[in-house]
Amino acid sequence: MEAYLDNAATTKPLASVRQKMEETMETAYGNPSSLHKKGLEAEEYVEEARTRIAKTLRAEPGEIVFTSGGTESNNQAIFGTALAAKRRGRHLITTSIEHASVYQPMGFLEEMGYEVTYLPVDEYGHIQKEALEAAVRSDTVLVSLQYVNNEVGSMQDIAALSRLVKKANPDTLLHVDAIQAYGKLPICPKREGIDLLSVSGHKIHGPKGSGILYIKNGVRIQPLLYGGEQQKNRRSGTENVPAAAGMGQAAWELGQTLSERTERLYQLKEHFITELWKALPDCRIHALSGKRETDRKAIRQTAPHIVSVGFAGVRSEVLLHALEEREIYVSSGSACSSNHPGISGTLQAIGAEKQFWDSTIRFSFGLFTTEEELEYTVAVLAELVPVLQRYVRK
Amino acid sequence: MRTKNEYREFLIKYGEIGIKGRNRYIFENALMEQIRFSLAPLDGEYEVTKEQGRIYVEVTSEEYDYEETLEALQRVFGIVHICPVMVVESTDWKDLEEAVGRHVAGQYPEECFTFKMEAKRGNKQYPFPSPEICAKMGEYLLNRFPGKLTVDVHHPQKRITLEVRNKGYIYSEELPGPGGMPIGTAGKAMLLLSGGIDSPVAGYMIAKRGVRLEATYFHAPPYTSDRAKKKVVDLARQVARYAGPIRLHVINFTEIQLFIYDQCPHEELTIIMRRYMMKIAEELAKRSGCLGLVTGESIGQVASQTMQSLAATNAVCSLPVYRPLIAFDKQDIVAISEQIGTYETSIQPFEDCCTIFVAKHPVTKPELSVIERSEEKLAEKIDEMVRTALATEEVIEVKGE
Repeated sequence: MEAYLDNAATTKPLASVRQKMEETMETAYGNPSSLHKKGLEAEEYVEEARTRIAKTLRAEPGEIVFTSGGTESNNQAIFGTALAAKRRGRHLITTSIEHASVYQPMGFLEEMGYEVTYLPVDEYGHIQKEALEAAVRSDTVLVSLQYVNNEVGSMQDIAALSRLVKKANPDTLLHVDAIQAYGKLPICPKREGIDLLSVSGHKIHGPKGSGILYIKNGVRIQPLLYGGEQQKNRRSGTENVPAAAGMGQAAWELGQTLSERTERLYQLKEHFITELWKALPDCRIHALSGKRETDRKAIRQTAPHIVSVGFAGVRSEVLLHALEEREIYVSSGSACSSNHPGISGTLQAIGAEKQFWDSTIRFSFGLFTTEEELEYTVAVLAELVPVLQRYVRK
Repeated sequence: MRTKNEYREFLIKYGEIGIKGRNRYIFENALMEQIRFSLAPLDGEYEVTKEQGRIYVEVTSEEYDYEETLEALQRVFGIVHICPVMVVESTDWKDLEEAVGRHVAGQYPEECFTFKMEAKRGNKQYPFPSPEICAKMGEYLLNRFPGKLTVDVHHPQKRITLEVRNKGYIYSEELPGPGGMPIGTAGKAMLLLSGGIDSPVAGYMIAKRGVRLEATYFHAPPYTSDRAKKKVVDLARQVARYAGPIRLHVINFTEIQLFIYDQCPHEELTIIMRRYMMKIAEELAKRSGCLGLVTGESIGQVASQTMQSLAATNAVCSLPVYRPLIAFDKQDIVAISEQIGTYETSIQPFEDCCTIFVAKHPVTKPELSVIERSEEKLAEKIDEMVRTALATEEVIEVKGE
């Protein structure tokens, strides 16, 4: 049996997404900026996608800018705000468990003379409200928060945190990296007080190379790319029509059944954790309270599709490849940081013991994940983990 | 990029193989075969011929890629120098003058230099004898490039050669080849190839002496990944650009590794594993007619490469073990790997999980009798495991890109 449990890294595109993309390449190959009919046809695909995505966020189509993916959206939000507001202030706030596409731009801004506050998190990946409140200053131009952490699946209470930020400084903008949250949880930027929101297409069964940045009406940011003044001069470059159309299709289709799917993912997660604890009582599930019996309420305070599990005494890369031999595909830490097998910053930040830093596997579920796959995975883990634990460096 | 080009021939100069007496033709034929092999994948047509003790590569297609051709020739062991030759269809004197002038203007647009004109008259019907060709052409050049050229027949900076056969042939540059001996003129050897920096360099150096290569790689899933294996295939492919096709034997070593871990003292793991790797590689070598093993070992580089450790691993082999890097410093090995293009691949980090099998404090001066006593604990199962590993080998035929 094959079990693809790496949906936080990327997902398999829906059949309808593939169809839609092929359709655009076959019939709407024009440049959306061209004045003739071929251009208009292509533009219609892009605008349809924009409208569909806007609907899922209860936003206006004009608030959606297509990008090349989550990394660009995060970079654009951070640099775009810092540059546009540099006369107002040069202070930014973020957390210590952000994705590299947030913390590296922050680091670059520090080199350029900006000041960045990194808020610590507790063992559940939550920042303390008081700490955030105290960190916001009159010259704070941006707070950037991750909705769902990509490594351990912890969630921040965005609406509550936004209220605190706006109370402390109404001019401070809030950017939310929703790359792991969109399509799994209901998100409404207006209601939650979000000014900028990053979304990636390939995490929601859309194509790679697609993404959007939601920019609330009235928020001004400096573009990163200059040239043909496409997308109201917020992102120059000929629109990637197949990617936009594919992402629009995925967003629309997933949006139809969001609440059922979220519920289903949570049930899968509960089932997986229950079975896992039965089979391997010593494993550690990060960012979840340490009780042995499955605590439904605690699970529902985390993302529905990510389970991060520490197996003491087993190198995560070895377990990953051992699972691969059984056709089970997972990540060690996060797929993006897997290429440099250093140490997970998130695991350190949430205070996981050192023995888990290099011994943690991330299982992540998607639309196509089944209960049978999860039961198969637990059975294989129960067989492999004790064997691998025997072979340690001496 | 394929273009039309006046350089339609390459004169191949070879050193060492010129002195092989009556066997000379064997070496020349091997060199020609290697040249043909190296040019075969290129997007152009060539004819390789031997004439009066020299090898010529003639371009027979209308268009070809000059740079790519030169690079391919520069990877053929046995070639010492390559002279790109400008070919002129007409041997009419005026046309030859014009062509030699064009050659000088094109090759050396900026510099001033001293030169000597040299001529070879293959076509004995040609109206002027060689010395006269030299004199007339030298004079022409001096008149055409006043101030730029000066004649110096004793220590010229450039020797400009004009050969008159049925066409005119002009050359003045000698580009370096890799030297060595043509592949196929020595025997075949089995390279122990890992994903590191040293073993591809060792393979390259042995191949340079005319030796064909096969290679063995020890794969230990799940402790090494498919990416680590792909890296080794990539390295073999890069070495094969010089050494010709390499048959790569991939041996699954996990069971043996775990068994040794279970049975033997931890600080001896590496030595004992290496002894079994040598045994397996030697068995593969014997089966495929290899005359020796090749490793990238260098004295003292790591604990398993001290002289005592080398003696302990060497003891299991009856074939000679060639260690071309034995007295090289690491930075010298790195320099060669950069030059042959394997360095960037070698430093990709895919292998760290095997460190589980590396003791924190391994023995550095193993004693053979002690190691052999430890290996007695393996006796009950190890032969069967080695047989299984050999029986389940995966063979990959690797060709240079």
